Amino acid sequence: MSKILDIQDVTVSFDGFKALNHLNFAMEEGELRVIIGPNGAGKTTFLDVITGKVEPTEGAAYFKGKDLRKRKEHEIACLGIGRKFQTPRVYLNLSPRENLELSCNRQKNVLATLFKQTPPAEKRTVAGLLETIGLDYKADIPAALLSHGEKQWLEIGMLVAQSPDLLLVDEPVAGLTDEETAKTGQLLLSLAASHSIVVIEHDMEFVRQIARQVTVLHEGTVLCEGTMDQIQNDARVIEVYLGEEAS
Amino acid sequence: MDVTVKPRRLAQALGRKKIVFEVIAVIAVALFLLLGLPHLLTDFRLGLLGRFLSLGIVALAIDLIWGFTGLLSLGHGIFFALGGYALAMYLSLVSIPSGQIPEFFSLYGVSSLPWFWQPFYSFPFTLAAIFIIPALVAGLLGYLVFRNRIRGVYFSILTQAALVVFFNFFNGQQKLINGTNGLKTNTSILMGKQVGTPETQFFLYVVTVAVLVIVYALCRWLTSGRFGRMLVAIRDDENRVRFSGYNPTGFKVLVFAISGAIAGVSGALYTIQSGIISPQAMDIAFSIEMVIWVAVGGRATLVGAILGAVLVNMARSLLSERFPNIWLFFQGALFLLVVTALPDGLIGWGRRQFGPTVSQALGLSAGPMAYGENDELRADTLAEKEG
Repeated sequence: MSKILDIQDVTVSFDGFKALNHLNFAMEEGELRVIIGPNGAGKTTFLDVITGKVEPTEGAAYFKGKDLRKRKEHEIACLGIGRKFQTPRVYLNLSPRENLELSCNRQKNVLATLFKQTPPAEKRTVAGLLETIGLDYKADIPAALLSHGEKQWLEIGMLVAQSPDLLLVDEPVAGLTDEETAKTGQLLLSLAASHSIVVIEHDMEFVRQIARQVTVLHEGTVLCEGTMDQIQNDARVIEVYLGEEAS
Repeated sequence: MDVTVKPRRLAQALGRKKIVFEVIAVIAVALFLLLGLPHLLTDFRLGLLGRFLSLGIVALAIDLIWGFTGLLSLGHGIFFALGGYALAMYLSLVSIPSGQIPEFFSLYGVSSLPWFWQPFYSFPFTLAAIFIIPALVAGLLGYLVFRNRIRGVYFSILTQAALVVFFNFFNGQQKLINGTNGLKTNTSILMGKQVGTPETQFFLYVVTVAVLVIVYALCRWLTSGRFGRMLVAIRDDENRVRFSGYNPTGFKVLVFAISGAIAGVSGALYTIQSGIISPQAMDIAFSIEMVIWVAVGGRATLVGAILGAVLVNMARSLLSERFPNIWLFFQGALFLLVVTALPDGLIGWGRRQFGPTVSQALGLSAGPMAYGENDELRADTLAEKEG
């Protein structure tokens, strides 16, 4: 099984409304995949299924051959899937360093957290990460004081600190300036060297910057897949998505 | 790397210095309470202070669960009363000739001691029961509630409902624990002396101060370190905690159980100093007052919890002596004032007003290393960094 993620015929219905409708999706280890789609296409529900927040009504989801149904969110996170939320979600009353140390912690049970200090190796990892995400000089102030972009980066850093194999990144550049967007793109590309990444994004400029393979979701199913050029020239995509943007 | 390491070292050095200052401050306050105040206050006032300090202990329990972990418990009266009853049962048994049972049982026609009273003949068992029973009850309640992801206002309502259940149960069980009359401890014998005498009460005052220091140290230890940051993380964003690979249930159950245990200790100390434990300790208003003390003192500060409990209760006893009818108005006004004008409580306000001056005076300020006071400054450094 070289497929890191394999979603087979997944349907999620909320009181009859099908947020995902017989969705099939697979990606290889080491791939950077961008998922686009108009509002309500089911992008966030798709991530919810993978991370265990929502259980599929039908179908199955596998991560490295392991069934993800019936597993709790924290168990899935420990398997090696990290998720970044749409709005940055960091612990505002903790410093970036503390945020990263909590994510970096390998022993996540209660007693180890209570009685053990952060090991030096993890401290070094955190120091390196702070540099990568450009927050080393703000490492010890409360995260509430960070700008929106810095919070986004901090949350991406928290994902990486978990050392997951698969990163799920939901709209990382929403609300960022152009300069910050470009920096975030670089950060994701450099992470793609050692991780498999799924990025969900609306910002087409940004998608063009980072995309290799693009999947288009529409009304809960995959509309088409391909490179950015193929996607942009696909008549169906233009109709449901790009067309809407242009008009 | 050098650049990032240096401030960290400095921060660690400052951290150590802060701990030393804190230890000195705690010892100084404890010595003042033990050696200074007994000469300044009458026995009556000192007795009141002892009670208020034991209420400070339950305020620490509330601060742990509410201030740090963000779980607003309106049911801590349960754990407080359980601790109080445990000690009162021991005292009821120990001060009667062996073979007899406490007097009140005869009123209800009970002739043999109920089974669950038996272990309370033992002093070591009682000491353990004072915190273990509330911890078990809190742990069980917490497990059922947290496992089902009940949070926020629903959690508060549930704790209050549990409180009412316990209140009604204790109130109705005359044959088991003297129902609404409660258990009196004043005339009981503790270590060969009557509990109500000034000497024993002074001894209990000393014990209260010692326990308060120990519980404070415990709470400080719990809330510093990784566990403490985890509690804050759960308060800030519990779902983020889940997606980072932690199961928050275990953490919440543990901290709720510890909080319950602390409340039990507080209840025992309060009971033995006030001379009675009755279901009134599980009055809804009393559990809400505990929360008010912490809000007045300042959430998530620990010191604020103790200060709030002592100050509010002192104000209550002084005001209700002079103007018996005015206290409830005052308490309402106090709560409004805190919510609207001092959202961080007295300690939060004090830190903002005097914090920088004090830490500079003590050499604790990080000086120009400190960020966050001036937004423009930060924007500048950001630009420099990026340019």
